[in-house]
Amino acid sequence: MAKYKNHILVCGGTGCRASESEAIASNLNASLSENNLQDDVQVVRTGCFGFCEKGPVVKMVPDNTFYVHVAPDDAEDIVLEHVIKGRKVERLLYVDPETKEHVSDSRHMDFYKKQLRIALRNCGFINPENIDEYIARDGYSALGTIMEEMTPEAAINVVKDSGLRGRGGGGFPSGLKWELTRKSEADQKYVVCNADEGDPGAFMDRSILEGDPHSVLEAMAICGYCIGADRGLIYIRAEYPLAIKRLKIAIEQARDYGLLGNDIFGTGFNFDVEIRYGAGAFVCGEETALIHSMEGLRGEPTVKPPFPAQSGYKEKPTNVNNVETFANIPAIFLKGADWFKKIGTEKSPGTKVFALAGKVNNVGLIEVPMGTTLREVIFDIGGGIKGGKKFKAVQTGGPSGGCLTEDHLDLAIDYDGLLASGSMMGSGGMIVMDEDDCMVSVAKFYLDFTVEESCGKCTPCRVGNKRLHEMLDKITLGQGEEGDLTRLRNLANVIKDTALCGLGQTSPNPVLSTMDNFPEEYQSHVKESKCPAGQCRALMQYVINSKLCVGCTLCSRVCPVDAISGEKKLPHVIDSSVCIKCGACIEKCKFGAISIQ
Amino acid sequence: MAKVKIPENKVQELRDLCKNFDNEPGELINVLHGAQGMFGYLPAEVQEIVADEMNVSVAHVYGVVTFYSFFSMLPKGKHPISICMGTACYVRGAEKVLDEFKRHLEVKVGETTPDGKYSLSCLRCVGACGLAPVVTIGERVYGRVSPEDVRGILEEY
Repeated sequence: MAKYKNHILVCGGTGCRASESEAIASNLNASLSENNLQDDVQVVRTGCFGFCEKGPVVKMVPDNTFYVHVAPDDAEDIVLEHVIKGRKVERLLYVDPETKEHVSDSRHMDFYKKQLRIALRNCGFINPENIDEYIARDGYSALGTIMEEMTPEAAINVVKDSGLRGRGGGGFPSGLKWELTRKSEADQKYVVCNADEGDPGAFMDRSILEGDPHSVLEAMAICGYCIGADRGLIYIRAEYPLAIKRLKIAIEQARDYGLLGNDIFGTGFNFDVEIRYGAGAFVCGEETALIHSMEGLRGEPTVKPPFPAQSGYKEKPTNVNNVETFANIPAIFLKGADWFKKIGTEKSPGTKVFALAGKVNNVGLIEVPMGTTLREVIFDIGGGIKGGKKFKAVQTGGPSGGCLTEDHLDLAIDYDGLLASGSMMGSGGMIVMDEDDCMVSVAKFYLDFTVEESCGKCTPCRVGNKRLHEMLDKITLGQGEEGDLTRLRNLANVIKDTALCGLGQTSPNPVLSTMDNFPEEYQSHVKESKCPAGQCRALMQYVINSKLCVGCTLCSRVCPVDAISGEKKLPHVIDSSVCIKCGACIEKCKFGAISIQ
Repeated sequence: MAKVKIPENKVQELRDLCKNFDNEPGELINVLHGAQGMFGYLPAEVQEIVADEMNVSVAHVYGVVTFYSFFSMLPKGKHPISICMGTACYVRGAEKVLDEFKRHLEVKVGETTPDGKYSLSCLRCVGACGLAPVVTIGERVYGRVSPEDVRGILEEY
């Protein structure tokens, strides 16, 4: 970033690109050229800023003005007003929801105040397609220092001392994993980066790869040096075209600079990285399944031991870490294990990235120190619940995690705390739900997912989850029986105890945690055939209040199945045996006479 | 399934594709990605050629194709519609949007309209959760879609 006076950072993450951020960047460039400013101001397409709710996001550097909800047509104003006249474009500034005042600097926004960015340190700052910008922020200097000054054992000790735990879900100590792989004797070893982010609603790995691919490559090379591997493989979902494209560019650039390939830094160390594509199978996030998939097989898990550290890809020792884990590595070496250990909690040092989504005001990607409470995340950073509704539950850990309630809001987030409360860290999906969400339906939604994604190898997962799903379906249809809840719990526990892999063992978690935390909701479905949240269609009844109905006939005309009858100017009635509960009548009624019971 | 006749030049292209990966069985998934890129889907005939070329059984190829949701044995419509059913989209009403597409197109998930114009499928999270619920048609992404928007979206095509 040498010769330009100013930079305009345009978010080029998948979310913002879907809202035409590419057009914003090209309009900015066009407008800069028109005003002969192309040599003074540079437009940079960065990775994700995290504040997806307000996207597309544009940030002006050096004055840090943060523009939100920018449209391609706004580009000219940004150039004419901000760049040329030095006046902020007020209408594009963020409005603080409480004070209603404009906030121009992102550091003063509640969304960013409590965040601490380590894994995301470069996302939204640098152009991910330019290796020089990564190097300018100390990129690859950790690799250089380690190779010149440290033995692999000493470097592994740094990772061990930092206390870094795997960010993919299980939380296994990364340093220990590296050490185990180092100690396995073999002529060939592999470093694998797990970028098969399958948890629906989690997108941190994708954002890191889109926003800062070099940090992952650098960490993989460090890992290769430590464990004695000269080949790295990145297993990435084919559904992430932008991340793939940027990774490919990054790999090429790193090779050109001699940071990948043979004789890196003249030390005789060889390391190169290639990309392998996933093809849409959630189970491939499990490391043994992932390895089989990379071998061109069905992605079915196998029993551990042997662990991949002993026998992994092509039966050689393989170290598998996920994207976020790797993204932490260069920072740990640059700033030291002690620095890292001071952040977060004793047993879970560092930060965690969460994809905050669902019924929360500020949807986006956030990174907070471990130990931050759920309340801080949802209400301070997330800005509370959308539409002034009441908070009901938050699901962490995706399909393997559980639903936590208001009682857990002051829980400090770390691996062990979440596990003890019946959920888990998982990859970091965090879905917020409000009073309108039916917890039985949510459990059924996750089971839908598990049933579809079960690889089918072991019976508890393949058949057990199917039965769980059928029972939940029955309950949401109002056909639940007294014994169903006991059967549901028993079967869920059996699956938990007997399934082959981590995914199967955790698949009943959404059912068990909703049953534990919302027993009354299950009871009302089963005993009273009622859905308190009003979501289960089969349990709803549309009723016309005869005192409010004036007989305008609007509802009967709009009803697609002729379920509503009545004389003109007289109260109408709905035949619930015909009604398909589409809700068209409620929308048409001007007198508020129709309600759901 | 009806027999699909693959033109000779395409057969050669497919065989070349396998050779590019050294006919190495470990590269099967990469080969299938390439083949789906060429044909749009993976009919039985394509799988047979791949199996022959890579020296594995057709059953093995079929096993892999059917295991992964990204691979399809049915041709997609001219405008493939995908509704995101990730959790973020789900809690923001993706199911109602999906129902509306089903109603308009009169097809089920995984099917293609008789005129071959649209096909309907679900996917798990495109990672644009800030825009939930999300629908993609081809390369185009539609965010914050409500059931009322569906008709208008379809009219664009």
